[in-house]
Amino acid sequence: MDKEKPPGIVLTEAQKKRQRERSIAIALALGVLVVLFFAVTIVKGSGVLVRPM
Amino acid sequence: MSIVENHTLTLTPRISEAGVADYIALLKPRVMSLVIFTALVGLMIAPGHFHPVLAFTSILCIAVGAGASGALNMWYDADIDALMSRTAKRPVPAGRVTPQEALAFGLILSFFSVMTLGILVNWVAGGLLAFTIFFYAVVYTMWLKRFTAQNIVIGGAAGALPPVVAWAAATGSLAVEPILLFLIIFFWTPPHFWALALFRTDDYARANVPMLPVVAGANATRLQILLYTVVLVAIAAAPWPLGYFDAAYGISSLALGAGMLWLAIKVYRNREDAPALRAARQLFGFSILYLFALFAILLLEVVVKAAAPLFW
Repeated sequence: MDKEKPPGIVLTEAQKKRQRERSIAIALALGVLVVLFFAVTIVKGSGVLVRPM
Repeated sequence: MSIVENHTLTLTPRISEAGVADYIALLKPRVMSLVIFTALVGLMIAPGHFHPVLAFTSILCIAVGAGASGALNMWYDADIDALMSRTAKRPVPAGRVTPQEALAFGLILSFFSVMTLGILVNWVAGGLLAFTIFFYAVVYTMWLKRFTAQNIVIGGAAGALPPVVAWAAATGSLAVEPILLFLIIFFWTPPHFWALALFRTDDYARANVPMLPVVAGANATRLQILLYTVVLVAIAAAPWPLGYFDAAYGISSLALGAGMLWLAIKVYRNREDAPALRAARQLFGFSILYLFALFAILLLEVVVKAAAPLFW
């Protein structure tokens, strides 16, 4: 006879909503970081390797 | 017979219900807005051309670094925040964000802001930003705040550094001008926070924070506010005769300084009941306007100078 699996952690609707919001915010922040590094690389051109102290 | 009964222990992990707004609140957005503004002025008065993308990156990193300091401050100070009416609703004492989440958030943002500024702009600015975060989170929050009545005097250095970091981002070095901006904010901090402490004395006393009115009394604080305001007005006007900023700034600075001084004298003279509280609230409110206006004038001067060749 198959044993029933324990339900594990079941998130409430409010928890799911907040988790989704946080995930979107993290994705946006990472997106901004990627765009920022890309833009600065384009702006600096070959000078991107020059790191003034 | 066993004395230990068979019990089923259910360990339910805590599922965070913190929303994005709670994490934004950890960044202390109102403090951050003043940091962004003062840093912007530091950046704009710096000599030479600075590419707008790099300028935006610098301001963003400084803002995020300031927010990270705020999150670390709220992590460490959750116990005293819970005791003060002004701060009891913050995300950590209110239980919406756990201390561990606030700590992780603050550390991650500190790391990314410093590394991004260092890698993309320069390491003088990156190093200064790291020092600013360290000074606010460790020197001020963990040590000075609970240890001495001079907490906000020395700790004020952290709030005064953003325009210096911004100047360093634009030029890769330091000069007299950003140091002058630093000194203005540094000497502005005590009258500003002690005015707040005068009408929040009970809060600070309940939380056992040794703010000057709690430790030395309201009258000693009023005298200190007046003395620091005199020094502030002199230092804020000094860049004009020294030749660093123009007459427009100098005259505006003296006019605004007269307002600060008048309100500081009102605080010194009104020592009882409602008029005393009203005077402290007025000084606190005006001090924000004062700093904002001083820096706005500097910004305006730069804009006018840049635009002048287009019209003359």
